[in-house]
Amino acid sequence: MTKTFQGRVVTPGAAKAPALVSRGGFNTLASYQMALMFGDKQVKCGDQNNPDLYHKPMIGKALCLPETIGSTTGGMVLYCACALGKQPACMLFSKPIDSLAASGAILAANWTEASMPVVDSLGEEFLAYVKDDMTVSVAEDGTVTVEG
Amino acid sequence: MILTKEQRAMLEGRQGETMAKVVKTLVMYGEAFGAERMVPVTSRYGHTVISFGIGVMRPVYQLYDQLLSANAVSRQPFSADPRPLDKNIPSSLLQDLVFKVMYSQQDRYEEQLRKLGLMGEDAYTCACYLPEAGNVPQRGEILSWAESSAVVYANSVLGARCNRNSGIIELMGSIAGFVPEFGLLTDDGRRADWIVEVRTSTLPDAQLLGSAVGMKVLEKVPFVRGLDRWLSRELNERTCAYLKDFGAACASNGSVGLYHIEGTTPEAADLGETIIRENAPVYVVDDEELQRVKDSYPCIWQDPDAVPKLCFMGCPHMTLGQLREWTDRVEEGLRAAGNKKVRIPTVFTTAPAVKAEFEKTEDAARLKATGVVLSTICPLMYMNNPLSKKMPVITSSNKLRTYSSARYYSDEEILAKITKEGK
Repeated sequence: MTKTFQGRVVTPGAAKAPALVSRGGFNTLASYQMALMFGDKQVKCGDQNNPDLYHKPMIGKALCLPETIGSTTGGMVLYCACALGKQPACMLFSKPIDSLAASGAILAANWTEASMPVVDSLGEEFLAYVKDDMTVSVAEDGTVTVEG
Repeated sequence: MILTKEQRAMLEGRQGETMAKVVKTLVMYGEAFGAERMVPVTSRYGHTVISFGIGVMRPVYQLYDQLLSANAVSRQPFSADPRPLDKNIPSSLLQDLVFKVMYSQQDRYEEQLRKLGLMGEDAYTCACYLPEAGNVPQRGEILSWAESSAVVYANSVLGARCNRNSGIIELMGSIAGFVPEFGLLTDDGRRADWIVEVRTSTLPDAQLLGSAVGMKVLEKVPFVRGLDRWLSRELNERTCAYLKDFGAACASNGSVGLYHIEGTTPEAADLGETIIRENAPVYVVDDEELQRVKDSYPCIWQDPDAVPKLCFMGCPHMTLGQLREWTDRVEEGLRAAGNKKVRIPTVFTTAPAVKAEFEKTEDAARLKATGVVLSTICPLMYMNNPLSKKMPVITSSNKLRTYSSARYYSDEEILAKITKEGK
Protein backbone atom coordinates (compact mmCIF):
# COMPACT_ATOMS: atom_id res chain seq x y z
CA MET A 1 0.00 0.00 0.00
CA THR A 2 1.28 3.47 -0.87
CA LYS A 3 0.35 6.69 0.86
CA THR A 4 1.33 10.23 -0.09
CA PHE A 5 1.85 13.26 2.14
CA GLN A 6 2.50 16.86 1.19
CA GLY A 7 4.96 18.92 3.15
CA ARG A 8 6.91 22.14 2.81
CA VAL A 9 10.42 22.12 1.34
CA VAL A 10 13.03 23.52 3.73
CA THR A 11 16.05 22.43 1.69
CA PRO A 12 15.36 20.96 -1.75
CA GLY A 13 16.27 17.62 -3.25
CA ALA A 14 14.98 14.14 -3.99
CA ALA A 15 15.73 10.90 -2.16
CA LYS A 16 14.51 7.33 -1.70
CA ALA A 17 15.48 5.40 1.42
CA PRO A 18 14.23 3.06 4.16
CA ALA A 19 12.46 4.88 6.98
CA LEU A 20 13.86 5.31 10.47
CA VAL A 21 11.21 6.71 12.78
CA SER A 22 11.55 8.68 16.00
CA ARG A 23 8.20 9.17 17.71
CA GLY A 24 9.64 11.62 20.22
CA GLY A 25 11.92 14.62 19.72
CA PHE A 26 15.25 13.83 18.07
CA ASN A 27 18.16 15.03 20.21
CA THR A 28 20.74 15.84 17.55
CA LEU A 29 23.77 16.18 19.83
CA ALA A 30 23.02 13.07 21.87
CA SER A 31 22.22 11.05 18.74
CA TYR A 32 25.34 11.93 16.73
CA GLN A 33 28.01 12.73 19.29
CA MET A 34 29.54 9.32 19.89
CA ALA A 35 29.14 8.11 16.30
CA LEU A 36 30.96 11.14 14.91
CA MET A 37 33.59 11.18 17.63
CA PHE A 38 34.55 7.57 17.14
CA GLY A 39 34.04 7.33 13.38
CA ASP A 40 31.16 4.83 13.50
CA LYS A 41 30.55 4.03 9.81
CA GLN A 42 26.91 3.11 10.43
CA VAL A 43 26.36 6.23 12.53
CA LYS A 44 24.39 4.40 15.19
CA CYS A 45 22.18 6.62 17.32
CA GLY A 46 23.75 7.29 20.73
CA ASP A 47 20.75 8.83 22.48
CA GLN A 48 19.91 6.55 25.39
CA ASN A 49 16.74 8.53 26.02
CA ASN A 50 15.34 7.72 22.58
CA PRO A 51 14.10 4.11 22.66
CA ASP A 52 12.97 4.29 19.01
CA LEU A 53 16.43 5.00 17.66
CA TYR A 54 19.02 4.02 20.27
CA HIS A 55 21.78 1.93 18.66
CA LYS A 56 20.08 1.91 15.24
CA PRO A 57 22.14 2.97 12.19
CA MET A 58 21.07 6.39 10.91
CA ILE A 59 23.27 6.88 7.84
CA GLY A 60 21.36 6.85 4.57
CA LYS A 61 17.97 6.47 6.27
CA ALA A 62 14.86 8.57 5.72
CA LEU A 63 14.77 10.04 9.20
CA CYS A 64 11.12 10.65 10.16
CA LEU A 65 10.58 12.73 13.28
CA PRO A 66 8.35 15.33 14.91
CA GLU A 67 11.11 17.86 15.69
CA THR A 68 14.62 18.06 17.07
CA ILE A 69 15.36 18.86 20.70
CA GLY A 70 18.34 19.56 22.89
CA SER A 71 21.49 21.63 22.80
CA THR A 72 21.85 24.69 20.57
CA THR A 73 24.91 22.97 19.15
CA GLY A 74 22.36 20.82 17.29
CA GLY A 75 22.59 22.69 13.99
CA MET A 76 26.37 22.59 14.09
CA VAL A 77 26.31 18.84 14.76
CA LEU A 78 23.99 18.23 11.81
CA TYR A 79 26.21 20.39 9.61
CA CYS A 80 29.25 18.34 10.65
CA ALA A 81 27.42 15.07 9.96
CA CYS A 82 26.64 16.30 6.44
CA ALA A 83 30.15 17.62 5.82
CA LEU A 84 31.57 14.25 6.86
CA GLY A 85 29.13 12.33 4.65
CA LYS A 86 27.37 10.79 7.68
CA GLN A 87 23.95 12.36 7.14
CA PRO A 88 20.57 10.68 6.74
CA ALA A 89 19.20 10.43 3.18
CA CYS A 90 16.58 13.00 4.12
CA MET A 91 14.84 14.46 7.18
CA LEU A 92 11.06 14.47 7.27
CA PHE A 93 9.34 16.44 10.02
CA SER A 94 5.71 16.00 10.98
CA LYS A 95 5.71 19.46 12.67
CA PRO A 96 6.98 22.81 11.39
CA ILE A 97 10.75 22.67 11.63
CA ASP A 98 12.50 24.02 14.73
CA SER A 99 15.27 26.61 14.58
CA LEU A 100 18.10 24.20 15.37
CA ALA A 101 17.24 21.62 12.72
CA ALA A 102 16.61 24.37 10.18
CA SER A 103 20.04 25.82 10.93
CA GLY A 104 21.76 22.48 10.41
CA ALA A 105 19.92 21.76 7.17
CA ILE A 106 20.55 25.24 5.75
CA LEU A 107 24.22 25.27 6.77
CA ALA A 108 24.63 21.90 5.08
CA ALA A 109 22.87 23.08 1.92
CA ASN A 110 25.05 26.18 1.61
CA TRP A 111 28.42 25.10 2.95
CA THR A 112 28.78 21.39 2.07
CA GLU A 113 28.40 19.19 -1.01
CA ALA A 114 26.05 16.84 0.84
CA SER A 115 22.55 16.15 -0.38
CA MET A 116 19.96 15.95 2.38
CA PRO A 117 16.48 17.11 1.38
CA VAL A 118 14.47 18.37 4.33
CA VAL A 119 10.68 18.60 4.36
CA ASP A 120 8.55 19.76 7.29
CA SER A 121 4.85 20.13 8.24
CA LEU A 122 3.94 16.64 7.03
CA GLY A 123 1.35 16.31 9.77
CA GLU A 124 0.73 13.90 12.63
CA GLU A 125 -0.82 11.39 10.28
CA PHE A 126 2.51 11.00 8.51
CA LEU A 127 4.30 10.05 11.70
CA ALA A 128 1.45 7.76 12.74
CA TYR A 129 1.60 5.93 9.41
CA VAL A 130 5.31 5.54 8.68
CA LYS A 131 7.19 2.62 10.28
CA ASP A 132 10.85 1.60 10.33
CA ASP A 133 12.09 0.15 7.02
CA MET A 134 9.12 1.24 4.92
CA THR A 135 10.40 2.73 1.67
CA VAL A 136 10.10 6.51 1.62
CA SER A 137 10.52 8.74 -1.44
CA VAL A 138 10.86 12.51 -1.35
CA ALA A 139 10.25 14.62 -4.43
CA GLU A 140 11.61 18.10 -5.17
CA ASP A 141 8.22 19.68 -4.44
CA GLY A 142 7.97 18.25 -0.90
CA THR A 143 5.73 15.30 -1.78
CA VAL A 144 6.57 12.30 0.40
CA THR A 145 5.48 8.82 -0.65
CA VAL A 146 5.51 5.96 1.83
CA GLU A 147 5.37 2.38 0.55
CA GLY A 148 4.14 0.00 3.23
CA MET B 1 12.05 38.37 2.18
CA ILE B 2 12.49 42.08 1.64
CA LEU B 3 16.14 43.09 1.91
CA THR B 4 17.61 46.58 2.10
CA LYS B 5 19.78 47.78 -0.76
CA GLU B 6 22.90 47.06 1.25
CA GLN B 7 21.72 43.59 2.27
CA ARG B 8 20.79 42.82 -1.34
CA ALA B 9 24.26 43.91 -2.47
CA MET B 10 25.87 41.64 0.11
CA LEU B 11 23.72 38.74 -1.08
CA GLU B 12 24.76 39.44 -4.66
CA GLY B 13 28.42 39.27 -3.75
CA ARG B 14 29.53 42.90 -3.48
CA GLN B 15 31.49 41.97 -0.37
CA GLY B 16 32.75 38.71 -1.82
CA GLU B 17 31.51 35.19 -2.32
CA THR B 18 31.92 34.13 1.29
CA MET B 19 29.89 37.04 2.66
CA ALA B 20 27.25 36.32 0.02
CA LYS B 21 26.98 32.76 1.37
CA VAL B 22 26.71 34.06 4.92
CA VAL B 23 23.80 36.31 3.90
CA LYS B 24 22.18 33.55 1.83
CA THR B 25 22.33 31.26 4.87
CA LEU B 26 20.62 33.90 7.02
CA VAL B 27 17.99 34.56 4.35
CA MET B 28 17.14 30.86 4.07
CA TYR B 29 17.05 30.63 7.88
CA GLY B 30 14.56 33.49 8.01
CA GLU B 31 12.44 32.17 5.16
CA ALA B 32 12.05 28.86 6.97
CA PHE B 33 10.20 30.82 9.67
CA GLY B 34 8.34 33.31 7.52
CA ALA B 35 10.58 36.29 8.31
CA GLU B 36 9.83 39.25 6.07
CA ARG B 37 12.93 41.30 6.78
CA MET B 38 16.29 41.44 8.50
CA VAL B 39 16.83 43.56 11.61
CA PRO B 40 20.16 44.96 12.82
CA VAL B 41 21.95 43.26 15.71
CA THR B 42 21.98 46.05 18.29
CA SER B 43 23.70 44.52 21.31
CA ARG B 44 27.29 45.47 22.05
CA TYR B 45 28.43 41.86 22.33
CA GLY B 46 27.59 38.49 20.80
CA HIS B 47 27.82 35.02 22.35
CA THR B 48 28.75 31.70 20.73
CA VAL B 49 27.88 28.26 22.05
CA ILE B 50 30.83 26.54 20.36
CA SER B 51 33.82 26.73 22.67
CA PHE B 52 35.33 23.28 22.39
CA GLY B 53 37.96 22.01 20.00
CA ILE B 54 36.76 18.47 19.42
CA GLY B 55 38.74 16.78 16.66
CA VAL B 56 35.68 15.51 14.81
CA MET B 57 34.44 19.08 14.29
CA ARG B 58 36.97 19.71 11.56
CA PRO B 59 34.23 20.89 9.13
CA VAL B 60 33.58 23.76 11.56
CA TYR B 61 37.26 24.73 11.67
CA GLN B 62 37.43 24.56 7.88
CA LEU B 63 34.35 26.77 7.59
CA TYR B 64 35.81 29.27 10.09
CA ASP B 65 39.11 29.27 8.16
CA GLN B 66 37.09 30.09 5.06
CA LEU B 67 35.40 32.98 6.88
CA LEU B 68 38.71 34.29 8.20
CA SER B 69 40.45 34.09 4.84
CA ALA B 70 37.64 36.25 3.41
CA ASN B 71 37.95 38.61 6.40
CA ALA B 72 34.35 37.78 7.30
CA VAL B 73 34.75 38.35 11.05
CA SER B 74 32.25 39.35 13.70
CA ARG B 75 31.20 43.01 13.72
CA GLN B 76 30.86 42.80 17.50
CA PRO B 77 33.14 41.25 20.12
CA PHE B 78 31.63 38.08 21.56
CA SER B 79 31.88 35.75 24.51
CA ALA B 80 31.90 31.96 24.24
CA ASP B 81 30.73 28.98 26.27
CA PRO B 82 33.17 27.55 28.84
CA ARG B 83 36.39 25.79 27.98
CA PRO B 84 36.31 21.99 28.29
CA LEU B 85 39.34 21.14 30.41
CA ASP B 86 40.78 21.82 33.85
CA LYS B 87 43.55 19.68 35.30
CA ASN B 88 42.28 20.39 38.84
CA ILE B 89 39.17 18.30 38.30
CA PRO B 90 39.58 14.69 39.43
CA SER B 91 40.17 12.30 36.53
CA SER B 92 42.08 9.09 35.84
CA LEU B 93 45.13 8.82 33.61
CA LEU B 94 43.02 7.04 31.02
CA GLN B 95 40.39 9.79 31.14
CA ASP B 96 43.11 12.38 30.67
CA LEU B 97 44.35 10.52 27.62
CA VAL B 98 40.86 10.47 26.12
CA PHE B 99 40.43 14.19 26.90
CA LYS B 100 43.67 14.89 25.06
CA VAL B 101 42.43 13.06 21.97
CA MET B 102 38.90 14.46 22.20
CA TYR B 103 39.90 18.10 22.50
CA SER B 104 42.96 17.91 20.27
CA GLN B 105 41.87 21.01 18.32
CA GLN B 106 41.31 23.27 21.34
CA ASP B 107 44.30 25.57 20.73
CA ARG B 108 43.57 25.85 17.02
CA TYR B 109 39.93 26.66 17.68
CA GLU B 110 40.68 29.26 20.38
CA GLU B 111 43.01 30.98 17.93
CA GLN B 112 40.17 31.09 15.41
CA LEU B 113 37.85 32.59 18.03
CA ARG B 114 40.42 35.29 18.83
CA LYS B 115 40.65 36.21 15.15
CA LEU B 116 36.88 36.16 14.73
CA GLY B 117 36.38 38.64 17.59
CA LEU B 118 36.40 36.95 21.03
CA MET B 119 36.02 39.55 23.85
CA GLY B 120 39.07 38.33 25.78
CA GLU B 121 40.83 35.36 27.32
CA ASP B 122 38.35 35.27 30.23
CA ALA B 123 35.28 35.41 27.99
CA TYR B 124 34.56 31.68 28.31
CA THR B 125 31.33 31.18 30.26
CA CYS B 126 27.76 30.07 29.60
CA ALA B 127 26.62 32.81 32.01
CA CYS B 128 28.07 35.68 30.01
CA TYR B 129 25.22 37.90 31.22
CA LEU B 130 26.50 37.99 34.81
CA PRO B 131 27.66 41.50 35.71
CA GLU B 132 31.24 40.34 36.34
CA ALA B 133 31.41 38.65 32.92
CA GLY B 134 30.45 41.90 31.25
CA ASN B 135 28.14 40.81 28.43
CA VAL B 136 24.85 42.18 29.76
CA PRO B 137 22.43 43.18 27.01
CA GLN B 138 19.90 45.93 27.53
CA ARG B 139 16.16 45.55 27.27
CA GLY B 140 14.91 45.55 23.68
CA GLU B 141 18.32 44.95 22.12
CA ILE B 142 18.49 42.43 19.27
CA LEU B 143 21.01 39.65 19.83
CA SER B 144 22.61 37.00 17.69
CA TRP B 145 23.45 34.52 20.42
CA ALA B 146 23.40 30.76 20.84
CA GLU B 147 23.51 28.82 24.15
CA SER B 148 20.04 27.93 25.31
CA SER B 149 20.52 28.98 28.96
CA ALA B 150 21.98 32.36 27.99
CA VAL B 151 19.31 33.04 25.36
CA VAL B 152 16.44 32.28 27.75
CA TYR B 153 17.98 34.49 30.45
CA ALA B 154 18.62 37.39 28.07
CA ASN B 155 15.07 37.19 26.71
CA SER B 156 13.28 36.67 30.00
CA VAL B 157 15.20 38.45 32.76
CA LEU B 158 16.88 41.18 30.72
CA GLY B 159 14.15 41.71 28.14
CA ALA B 160 16.53 41.49 25.18
CA ARG B 161 15.38 39.78 21.98
CA CYS B 162 17.01 36.66 20.61
CA ASN B 163 15.87 33.47 18.92
CA ARG B 164 17.10 30.05 19.92
CA ASN B 165 19.83 30.05 17.32
CA SER B 166 22.18 27.20 16.60
CA GLY B 167 25.94 27.35 16.82
CA ILE B 168 27.53 28.77 13.60
CA ILE B 169 24.29 30.60 12.68
CA GLU B 170 24.76 32.93 15.67
CA LEU B 171 28.25 33.84 14.45
CA MET B 172 26.95 34.47 10.94
CA GLY B 173 24.42 36.96 12.37
CA SER B 174 27.25 38.76 14.16
CA ILE B 175 29.33 38.76 10.96
CA ALA B 176 26.53 40.15 8.79
CA GLY B 177 25.32 42.53 11.51
CA PHE B 178 21.70 41.54 11.02
CA VAL B 179 19.37 38.63 11.72
CA PRO B 180 15.99 37.54 10.33
CA GLU B 181 13.03 38.89 12.25
CA PHE B 182 10.80 36.08 13.48
CA GLY B 183 9.72 34.28 16.64
CA LEU B 184 11.08 35.81 19.83
CA LEU B 185 12.18 38.95 17.99
CA THR B 186 8.55 39.93 17.44
CA ASP B 187 5.98 41.25 19.94
CA ASP B 188 3.55 38.49 19.03
CA GLY B 189 6.18 35.78 19.39
CA ARG B 190 6.82 36.94 22.95
CA ARG B 191 3.24 36.52 24.18
CA ALA B 192 2.61 33.78 26.72
CA ASP B 193 1.05 30.55 25.43
CA TRP B 194 0.72 28.85 28.83
CA ILE B 195 -0.10 29.87 32.39
CA VAL B 196 1.87 28.06 35.09
CA GLU B 197 0.36 28.19 38.60
CA VAL B 198 2.93 27.36 41.28
CA ARG B 199 1.09 25.95 44.30
CA THR B 200 3.88 24.19 46.16
CA SER B 201 4.28 24.35 49.95
CA THR B 202 7.79 25.84 49.76
CA LEU B 203 9.94 27.54 47.15
CA PRO B 204 10.58 24.77 44.60
CA ASP B 205 14.11 23.92 43.53
CA ALA B 206 14.60 26.17 40.50
CA GLN B 207 16.02 23.36 38.38
CA LEU B 208 13.16 20.99 39.19
CA LEU B 209 10.44 23.57 38.56
CA GLY B 210 12.16 24.54 35.31
CA SER B 211 12.31 20.92 34.24
CA ALA B 212 8.58 20.42 34.92
CA VAL B 213 7.67 23.58 33.03
CA GLY B 214 9.99 22.80 30.10
CA MET B 215 8.65 19.28 29.71
CA LYS B 216 5.07 20.58 29.74
CA VAL B 217 5.26 23.63 27.46
CA LEU B 218 8.16 22.47 25.21
CA GLU B 219 9.00 25.41 22.91
CA LYS B 220 6.09 27.62 24.03
CA VAL B 221 6.24 30.71 26.26
CA PRO B 222 5.01 30.21 29.86
CA PHE B 223 3.67 32.90 32.23
CA VAL B 224 4.49 31.80 35.79
CA ARG B 225 2.37 32.82 38.79
CA GLY B 226 2.95 32.19 42.46
CA LEU B 227 6.71 32.49 42.90
CA ASP B 228 6.40 35.85 44.64
CA ARG B 229 5.35 34.07 47.83
CA TRP B 230 9.05 33.31 48.31
CA LEU B 231 10.97 35.39 45.79
CA SER B 232 11.23 39.15 45.70
CA ARG B 233 9.54 40.71 42.70
CA GLU B 234 12.60 42.91 42.46
CA LEU B 235 15.24 41.47 40.16
CA ASN B 236 17.82 41.28 42.95
CA GLU B 237 20.74 38.87 42.98
CA ARG B 238 18.81 36.04 44.67
CA THR B 239 15.88 36.27 42.27
CA CYS B 240 18.17 36.51 39.24
CA ALA B 241 20.19 33.48 40.37
CA TYR B 242 16.98 31.50 40.84
CA LEU B 243 15.69 32.51 37.40
CA LYS B 244 19.05 31.64 35.82
CA ASP B 245 18.72 28.05 37.04
CA PHE B 246 14.98 27.87 36.36
CA GLY B 247 15.47 29.06 32.77
CA ALA B 248 18.34 26.70 32.03
CA ALA B 249 16.17 23.75 33.06
CA CYS B 250 13.20 25.05 31.02
CA ALA B 251 15.44 25.43 27.99
CA SER B 252 17.10 22.03 28.22
CA ASN B 253 14.20 19.88 29.44
CA GLY B 254 12.00 21.57 26.85
CA SER B 255 12.98 24.17 24.28
CA VAL B 256 11.81 27.29 26.11
CA GLY B 257 13.44 30.48 24.81
CA LEU B 258 11.41 32.96 26.89
CA TYR B 259 9.35 32.89 30.08
CA HIS B 260 7.51 35.57 32.00
CA ILE B 261 7.33 35.70 35.81
CA GLU B 262 4.32 37.58 37.12
CA GLY B 263 5.24 41.04 38.37
CA THR B 264 8.96 40.31 38.09
CA THR B 265 10.44 39.94 34.61
CA PRO B 266 10.37 43.16 32.56
CA GLU B 267 7.56 42.41 30.12
CA ALA B 268 5.36 40.72 32.73
CA ALA B 269 5.89 43.65 35.10
CA ASP B 270 4.94 46.19 32.43
CA LEU B 271 2.20 44.39 30.54
CA GLY B 272 0.73 42.17 33.25
CA GLU B 273 -1.72 39.55 32.07
CA THR B 274 -2.32 41.29 28.75
CA ILE B 275 0.77 39.45 27.57
CA ILE B 276 -1.05 36.09 27.89
CA ARG B 277 -2.81 34.74 24.82
CA GLU B 278 -6.53 34.14 25.00
CA ASN B 279 -7.52 30.68 26.24
CA ALA B 280 -3.98 29.83 27.31
CA PRO B 281 -3.99 26.42 29.02
CA VAL B 282 -3.09 26.27 32.73
CA TYR B 283 -0.46 23.96 34.21
CA VAL B 284 -0.69 23.59 37.99
CA VAL B 285 2.56 22.68 39.73
CA ASP B 286 2.21 21.41 43.29
CA ASP B 287 4.39 19.21 45.48
CA GLU B 288 2.95 16.00 43.99
CA GLU B 289 3.57 17.16 40.44
CA LEU B 290 7.20 18.00 41.18
CA GLN B 291 7.68 14.61 42.82
CA ARG B 292 6.13 12.93 39.77
CA VAL B 293 8.51 14.77 37.46
CA LYS B 294 11.53 13.96 39.61
CA ASP B 295 10.56 10.29 39.82
CA SER B 296 10.29 10.14 36.03
CA TYR B 297 14.02 10.78 35.49
CA PRO B 298 15.73 7.59 34.33
CA CYS B 299 18.89 6.56 36.18
CA ILE B 300 21.32 5.35 33.55
CA TRP B 301 24.18 4.44 35.85
CA GLN B 302 25.48 0.91 35.38
CA ASP B 303 24.91 0.35 39.11
CA PRO B 304 22.05 2.52 40.36
CA ASP B 305 23.23 1.97 43.95
CA ALA B 306 26.81 3.04 43.28
CA VAL B 307 28.44 5.53 45.63
CA PRO B 308 28.90 8.80 43.71
CA LYS B 309 32.46 9.46 42.59
CA LEU B 310 32.00 13.10 41.64
CA CYS B 311 29.55 15.95 42.16
CA PHE B 312 29.13 18.89 39.79
CA MET B 313 27.35 22.11 40.67
CA GLY B 314 27.22 25.14 38.43
CA CYS B 315 25.54 24.28 35.14
CA PRO B 316 24.88 27.03 34.23
CA HIS B 317 27.83 28.73 35.94
CA MET B 318 27.23 29.87 39.52
CA THR B 319 26.82 33.51 40.47
CA LEU B 320 28.99 35.24 43.05
CA GLY B 321 26.06 35.13 45.49
CA GLN B 322 25.58 31.41 44.94
CA LEU B 323 29.27 30.76 45.62
CA ARG B 324 29.05 32.70 48.89
CA GLU B 325 25.82 30.99 49.92
CA TRP B 326 27.13 27.53 49.11
CA THR B 327 30.37 28.17 50.96
CA ASP B 328 28.28 28.79 54.07
CA ARG B 329 26.04 25.80 53.43
CA VAL B 330 28.90 23.35 52.86
CA GLU B 331 30.74 24.59 55.95
CA GLU B 332 27.63 24.29 58.11
CA GLY B 333 26.79 20.87 56.66
CA LEU B 334 30.28 19.54 57.36
CA ARG B 335 30.23 20.99 60.87
CA ALA B 336 26.88 19.41 61.66
CA ALA B 337 28.07 16.03 60.36
CA GLY B 338 31.40 16.24 62.17
CA ASN B 339 33.38 16.18 58.93
CA LYS B 340 36.13 18.48 57.72
CA LYS B 341 36.16 17.81 53.98
CA VAL B 342 33.46 16.97 51.49
CA ARG B 343 32.75 13.24 51.35
CA ILE B 344 32.43 13.18 47.56
CA PRO B 345 34.88 14.99 45.25
CA THR B 346 32.90 18.11 44.42
CA VAL B 347 33.38 20.74 41.73
CA PHE B 348 31.68 24.13 41.62
CA THR B 349 31.85 25.84 38.24
CA THR B 350 31.62 29.55 37.56
CA ALA B 351 32.67 32.22 35.08
CA PRO B 352 36.36 33.19 35.07
CA ALA B 353 35.49 36.78 36.02
CA VAL B 354 33.25 35.61 38.89
CA LYS B 355 35.99 33.25 40.08
CA ALA B 356 38.44 36.16 40.10
CA GLU B 357 36.03 38.27 42.18
CA PHE B 358 35.32 35.41 44.55
CA GLU B 359 39.00 34.79 45.06
CA LYS B 360 39.37 38.36 46.32
CA THR B 361 37.17 37.44 49.29
CA GLU B 362 37.87 35.36 52.39
CA ASP B 363 35.17 32.96 51.26
CA ALA B 364 37.53 31.50 48.65
CA ALA B 365 39.89 30.09 51.28
CA ARG B 366 36.91 28.81 53.30
CA LEU B 367 35.50 26.98 50.29
CA LYS B 368 38.90 25.54 49.43
CA ALA B 369 39.25 24.27 52.99
CA THR B 370 36.09 22.19 52.54
CA GLY B 371 37.75 20.36 49.64
CA VAL B 372 35.45 21.77 46.97
CA VAL B 373 37.26 22.50 43.70
CA LEU B 374 36.32 25.77 42.01
CA SER B 375 36.62 25.62 38.24
CA THR B 376 35.55 27.48 35.11
CA ILE B 377 34.94 24.54 32.78
CA CYS B 378 31.74 23.20 31.29
CA PRO B 379 30.76 20.07 33.27
CA LEU B 380 29.03 18.68 30.20
CA MET B 381 32.30 18.64 28.31
CA TYR B 382 33.85 16.62 31.13
CA MET B 383 30.90 14.23 30.98
CA ASN B 384 31.21 13.86 27.20
CA ASN B 385 34.31 11.74 27.76
CA PRO B 386 33.06 8.11 27.34
CA LEU B 387 34.94 7.14 30.50
CA SER B 388 33.20 9.91 32.47
CA LYS B 389 29.86 8.56 31.26
CA LYS B 390 30.59 5.35 33.16
CA MET B 391 31.23 7.21 36.41
CA PRO B 392 28.45 7.69 38.98
CA VAL B 393 28.29 11.48 38.93
CA ILE B 394 25.67 13.53 40.78
CA THR B 395 24.51 17.06 40.10
CA SER B 396 21.89 19.62 41.02
CA SER B 397 21.75 20.69 37.37
CA ASN B 398 18.81 19.50 35.36
CA LYS B 399 20.60 20.58 32.20
CA LEU B 400 23.59 18.36 32.98
CA ARG B 401 21.21 15.51 33.84
CA THR B 402 19.47 15.88 30.49
CA TYR B 403 22.62 15.82 28.37
CA SER B 404 24.73 13.32 30.29
CA SER B 405 24.62 10.28 32.59
CA ALA B 406 24.81 12.49 35.69
CA ARG B 407 22.05 11.90 38.26
CA TYR B 408 19.94 14.78 39.50
CA TYR B 409 19.39 15.54 43.17
CA SER B 410 17.83 18.58 44.80
CA ASP B 411 20.07 21.16 46.43
CA GLU B 412 19.26 19.78 49.89
CA GLU B 413 20.00 16.21 48.82
CA ILE B 414 23.27 17.26 47.21
CA LEU B 415 24.30 19.07 50.37
CA ALA B 416 23.58 15.99 52.48
CA LYS B 417 25.45 13.71 50.09
CA ILE B 418 28.60 15.78 49.86
CA THR B 419 28.80 16.69 53.56
CA LYS B 420 27.44 13.57 55.32
CA GLU B 421 27.26 10.60 53.02
CA GLY B 422 29.56 9.41 50.22
CA LYS B 423 32.43 6.93 50.44
